[in-house]
Amino acid sequence: MEPASRLDHNGQLTLQEFPYIIQWREDRCTRCGRCTAVCPQQAIEPAVFAQRLVHSDSVTPMPSTVRKVSHGIRQVNDIDRYCTGCGMCSLVCPNMAIAPHYNPHHKFLFHKNLGGTPYKRGGRRNDPSPSTLDKLKFTRISMLTDPALDAGRHEFYIRTLLGRIPSPDKLPLKATGKRLIVKDGHFVPPVREIFPIRIGSMSIGALSPHMWEGLAMGITYLNEVEGIPVVMCSGEGGMPLRLLRSRFLKYFIPQIASGYFGWDEIIHALPDMVEDPCAIEIKYGQGAKPGDGGLLMSYKVLKLIAGIRGVPMHIDLASPPTHQTKYSIEEAVAKMIQSMSMAWGFRVPVYPKISGTKTAQAVLNNLARNPYAAALCIDGEDGGTGAAYNVSMDKMGHPIASNIRDCYLDLVKQGKQNELPLIAAGGMGKAGNLAANAAAMIMLGASAVDIGKYIMQTAAGCLGDEYNRCNLCNTGKCPRGITTQNPRLYRRLDPDKVAERVVEVFKSAEIELKKIFAPMGRSTQLPIGMSDGLSVGDKAMAERLKIDYAC
Amino acid sequence: MCRLSAITSSTYFSPMENILALETMKEGHDGSGLGLVMKDLGGPFEDLKSYPILSGTCSNKGLDMLDDYMQQAGFRIKYNWEPKIKRTAGMEIEPRDHYFARAYQYPSPYEPKAQVEWERLLLETRMDLRRMGEKDNSLFVFSFYPDCLTLKEVGDPLQLSEFFGLDDLSLQAKVILAQGRQNTNYAIYLYACHPFFIQGYCTMTNGENTAFVPIREYLTSREFSGYTGYNSDSEVFAHILHFAHRQLKYPLTYYKDIITPLKDEEILDRPDGKALSLLKKSLRPLCIDGPNMVIGFVPDGTIFMLQDSKKLRPGVVGGAAGKYALMSEMCGLDRAVPQRDRPADIFPSKYDMVMVTPNAQEVHVWNQLHG
Ligand code: SF4
Ligand code: SF4
Repeated sequence: MEPASRLDHNGQLTLQEFPYIIQWREDRCTRCGRCTAVCPQQAIEPAVFAQRLVHSDSVTPMPSTVRKVSHGIRQVNDIDRYCTGCGMCSLVCPNMAIAPHYNPHHKFLFHKNLGGTPYKRGGRRNDPSPSTLDKLKFTRISMLTDPALDAGRHEFYIRTLLGRIPSPDKLPLKATGKRLIVKDGHFVPPVREIFPIRIGSMSIGALSPHMWEGLAMGITYLNEVEGIPVVMCSGEGGMPLRLLRSRFLKYFIPQIASGYFGWDEIIHALPDMVEDPCAIEIKYGQGAKPGDGGLLMSYKVLKLIAGIRGVPMHIDLASPPTHQTKYSIEEAVAKMIQSMSMAWGFRVPVYPKISGTKTAQAVLNNLARNPYAAALCIDGEDGGTGAAYNVSMDKMGHPIASNIRDCYLDLVKQGKQNELPLIAAGGMGKAGNLAANAAAMIMLGASAVDIGKYIMQTAAGCLGDEYNRCNLCNTGKCPRGITTQNPRLYRRLDPDKVAERVVEVFKSAEIELKKIFAPMGRSTQLPIGMSDGLSVGDKAMAERLKIDYAC
Repeated sequence: MCRLSAITSSTYFSPMENILALETMKEGHDGSGLGLVMKDLGGPFEDLKSYPILSGTCSNKGLDMLDDYMQQAGFRIKYNWEPKIKRTAGMEIEPRDHYFARAYQYPSPYEPKAQVEWERLLLETRMDLRRMGEKDNSLFVFSFYPDCLTLKEVGDPLQLSEFFGLDDLSLQAKVILAQGRQNTNYAIYLYACHPFFIQGYCTMTNGENTAFVPIREYLTSREFSGYTGYNSDSEVFAHILHFAHRQLKYPLTYYKDIITPLKDEEILDRPDGKALSLLKKSLRPLCIDGPNMVIGFVPDGTIFMLQDSKKLRPGVVGGAAGKYALMSEMCGLDRAVPQRDRPADIFPSKYDMVMVTPNAQEVHVWNQLHG
């Protein structure tokens, strides 16, 4: 047995406590040092090993020992330098000598609170089990009396409306003879026709300039060349002045949040705008961290960000959890919607985004009564973020499926299901099934869905997953160059390639949506609320979502 | 697929003409039911035009319930028509105790009142009776409206015509819609049988309505008590027609613009494009988005046919001034109006709404692209 003196380091962790354990193959390693150089966590380091080799040169065993000093790679057992399993070491290793392996027995959360500081990270809820959306199936397949359509040949119209849509009795129409005409002098709220999958709010600041630029170029290409009207929300933190003044502004949704970052610049750019933005999103909450404000750490506030946001460099930028100037949510929503609408002459739809919550219906009813509210975006518990406490991400928030369903059915009760579009965010495409998740949400009553993490994963190779892989987005050390302001890191990301992937992702999502809608016989209108198309193999879920149970 | 047979004429004719047309189209229906709606009635009802007619079927118990209710509501029977039921060997029809079409006198305070008021009274009365009878299926009421009569029963249409004694040709009308039912995914239930009638509006449909659930949700949330039932996904077609034409007061052709909307780029070329684009968004949940053909009539007696672009085989309209037939199949048209100018037959395209003016005077094809 070892002497006790070897074990008296209170709290020293074994590697078994760590979520990822590095396996390094001495026989393959050439000691090039690339892995240790690339590791964002310094979780591995060069090490010196003293080896005692026993060997025998004779024909009969004549063992002798040789002492040898060798060099290699060792994983450190410092909790602040834990291996995140990002896999960058494997990526750069020329000989496949190193790889992280997930350790399901880890005790990471027991220890990751050194100094009394709870664990903070980026990413989304670490729950790898299939989401509700992934359990829904499309079971109403058109057969004899309503033949299924050919996804390849039929004309499909996969668009949705963003904006307040007046009920027919409120339309300023009158019949003259056999025709309807629009009466003059009546206000008709602005409505945009967009692709039902949007890129949700991710700010320049949270994202690297290359990532944001890649997304922006991608959606512009989709609109201008492919004719797929995908739009993107800026996130809080403004937009580049050049974009604000360009004709491409119409593909973007500037977001205003509680810090109002970037809005001085946006308002000042108003006289120079040649196009209206697609819409304005007012952020009240975020699914990944409900009730929490935003925080952009000082080391991300470099020259470009400071300029766009209108702040000095190198300071922490905190957005409070609520809009401080407002007294209540009712007042906040009404006043914000009004002032934003006025800024653009009531030509731009303005809507709030809240985090998924049991109280979503209260907000909804408030909006339903406000004729200027253009939509409601709800961000469910599986939404992502650049930085939050782990406890907020893992334990706070409401699943999106039943939240949207309740809101939709509430609108149905009031007969307003077509007046106030619901946008579902948080966990769309969590397991890669973007089109299926989007279609299921639409059939539950959403008009559109937002993606964030999914597009980072598909378009830029974000390494994060629900096993807490990587999730270093809050540290400024994103190994992919997606969520960092460090030019040495974001140089790894080619904005043109990101844009190309964005285009590919949306083109294929459109095809997959057709492959879902065609067998269900739908082609002309988005099947919003077509809940008879869905089933689930779980009775409680079926009952809760008011859909069929099938097994 | 259900077979549909509609005839409009300037003179009274018997529903046997519709039923014989259904018989020629029999390959497509399985004889699981017949629905008949007659408008502009002749025969015994010719002189009763201003009296509302309640059509339905019931058990003895249901009849008592009906009589009690109507008496309490102040309705007095003016004329009671019951078919003389004939039963012959081989008939597979389960007879119910009573089939009736009763002309009533309004409760006295209603007689001089405005149309909306008596229409509301008739609808509410029908809804009450329906709710009462639905509990134990002792009473089914299909329509309650002046100058309109409805007959529905499960069975083979030709056998049913004999069963109801329609072959004596005494019951007549100038507009008749008949459906030979192909039972698909719904149980054979009388309230699931087309044509559907509401306040002077009537439609029948074939094809399945894929957007049924959102449409039903939209209609039931309009706070109009008649928008209920929906035992068949086709009932929504009648209610959308009623909603567009009566409630929203849109000209009839906008019915097509609502249920089979144009693409946005096509709307730009319509003279009423601005209005149409607002309307398309506002009534988006009523787009049927399914392979349906609809035949229907409105209170003034105009009868029409239209279909969705996904409908694989169009219906056909043909005839001459004084008599037109709107059929789901060609052979039905040949049977109903054999003497006609065949090259003038109309097979409506996805953009067409074919309308025959009241009294079967002329046929118009309205093209949705041109408005
Ligand atoms: S997987 Fe990532 S964090 Fe872990 S050692 Fe390799 S590079 Fe470092
Ligand atoms: S790759 Fe970058 S964006 Fe993705 S989880 Fe890691 S740090 Fe976050």
